[in-house]
Amino acid sequence: MKALVWHGTTDIRCDSVPDPSIEHERDAIIKVTSCAICGSDLHLYDHFMPGMKSGDVMGHETMGEIVEVGPAARKSLKVGDRVVIPFTIICGECEQCRRGNFSVCETTNRNKDLADKAFGHTTAGLFGYTHLTGGYPGGQAEYLRVPFADATHIKVPDGIPDEKLLFLSDIFPTGWQAAVQCDIQPTDTVAIWGCGPVGQMTIRSAVLLGARQVIAIDRLPERLSMAKAGGAIMINFEEENVVERLNELTGGKGPEKCIDAVGLEAHATGSVDSMYDRAKQAMMLETDRPHVLREMMYVCRPAGILSIPGVYGGLLDKIPLGAVMNKGLTIRTGQTHVNRWTDDLLNRVLENQIDPSFVITHTEPLERGPEMYKTFRDKQDGCIKVVLKPGMNGGLHA
Amino acid sequence: MHDVVRRSALPGRSQSSHDKMARGLGYFSLALGIAELVAPGAICRAAGVKGLETVVRGYGAREIATGIAILGSHDPEPWIWTRVAGDLADIATVATGVQQDNQSKGRSTLALATLAAVTLIDLACANGLNAEKGNRKTAIRDYSRRSGFPKGLQAASGAARDFQIPDDMRTPELLRPWDRGGGKA
Repeated sequence: MKALVWHGTTDIRCDSVPDPSIEHERDAIIKVTSCAICGSDLHLYDHFMPGMKSGDVMGHETMGEIVEVGPAARKSLKVGDRVVIPFTIICGECEQCRRGNFSVCETTNRNKDLADKAFGHTTAGLFGYTHLTGGYPGGQAEYLRVPFADATHIKVPDGIPDEKLLFLSDIFPTGWQAAVQCDIQPTDTVAIWGCGPVGQMTIRSAVLLGARQVIAIDRLPERLSMAKAGGAIMINFEEENVVERLNELTGGKGPEKCIDAVGLEAHATGSVDSMYDRAKQAMMLETDRPHVLREMMYVCRPAGILSIPGVYGGLLDKIPLGAVMNKGLTIRTGQTHVNRWTDDLLNRVLENQIDPSFVITHTEPLERGPEMYKTFRDKQDGCIKVVLKPGMNGGLHA
Repeated sequence: MHDVVRRSALPGRSQSSHDKMARGLGYFSLALGIAELVAPGAICRAAGVKGLETVVRGYGAREIATGIAILGSHDPEPWIWTRVAGDLADIATVATGVQQDNQSKGRSTLALATLAAVTLIDLACANGLNAEKGNRKTAIRDYSRRSGFPKGLQAASGAARDFQIPDDMRTPELLRPWDRGGGKA
């Protein structure tokens, strides 16, 4: 089958690889109908995340049709079922899964020892996201083996386009969890750094959850215009001072809720700390660029909440924990507990409360995936979200 | 709105011609650096300068470090700019070290021409990499109608206000804002 394969830093290729097969009685195989490139895939593309090996198949936003089911998964799946696959592989049985903390499932990371060393304790296995999280082949491919498939799936009805459902796999519940864990009150101002796909979903989630005011911070005109369409007030950090503007919009008190939808590759260009981060990162003395974290710790209203869906990978410098402690801020973060939210979110899609396909700007055949990684990473061609379709001819833009 | 649709990746690849050029320059840096470290005398003779073997060895170390950085970095652009700065140092070194005999002058002229050509290649590569990074001020696509709310923004605002926030993501009751009368503010 065809699959997008990681070969090294910024080197992704569409290769022929062996078809997946059932390896365990709880497995299922899906024929992929749509998959997407996630912003967190770019951390692998740029090789910021450790634990990739040449030959790894990329991708963790995937949906398709069940074509083969292991005997132990037949109680919940059958051939022909239409499923979205959450990016977190879950057993559904361990203590964390029973608590709804699916992203830290204790069972599914088959490289638990590595994760224990890196993070102290293991987290869930993930599709196509380094050997630290199990080294499972990803879903930017024609077929995908789904381990623990009896638990690791979201059944979706026929008759609705893939585009409306695909993002239940990751970015929609990620944006939703980012907003939910802020415990948004009707009087709250919610400031969201980053208007990429997760940022856009976070903006819509904060609006649905009833924030008084949603403020979106980015520098790219297309992304800011999409944020504005979703009901956000825009701040272009290349044209305005973010801290001053946020204070101005909140009567000098700062936003109650701050969300980092950027993560480890912040692109702030004018600040001293961002130059410091760039220099240290270039010399391999720092893994991440935490400009957004610093800024939101500084500007957040005392007793406020910081929500961090943005991915961080390693060791960060100059974090103003003094501001966090003295202002009594609460930090909530983590990979998304996808299945905790998807029943509710699927209903919201079916009820037309939200149509997540708004974020798609490029639809391309799987074979053009490697080119689209660069287009997406470099924000060329107005690119915000790329959907790839195995077997598709030609491409659609914006 | 601009009618510009720019993508720079090579067909079927996740890298552009500038990415490829940067890798080539990385290997070139390594090769040149090793030559300067191992045979500084020969390099000095080829450039028509004398007595600069120690300087050339230093430059060799610089080239090797730069080459490793280019090949190992996800973003080679700053290191290509480092090469440009190195090129200028090389040019200044050769220009100030030119000997008076005709043979050396000829070699120095050829070396300066070569260095100028390499500098131009480095500049083209660094500028190309920089231009690919989407440093635009104007939109090339119009997404201002993409609310994502089929029933409109007004209907969406607060539509999920009745969502029950899970206990583990709620601010604990005891930590919620309160008024002096004992109730929640």
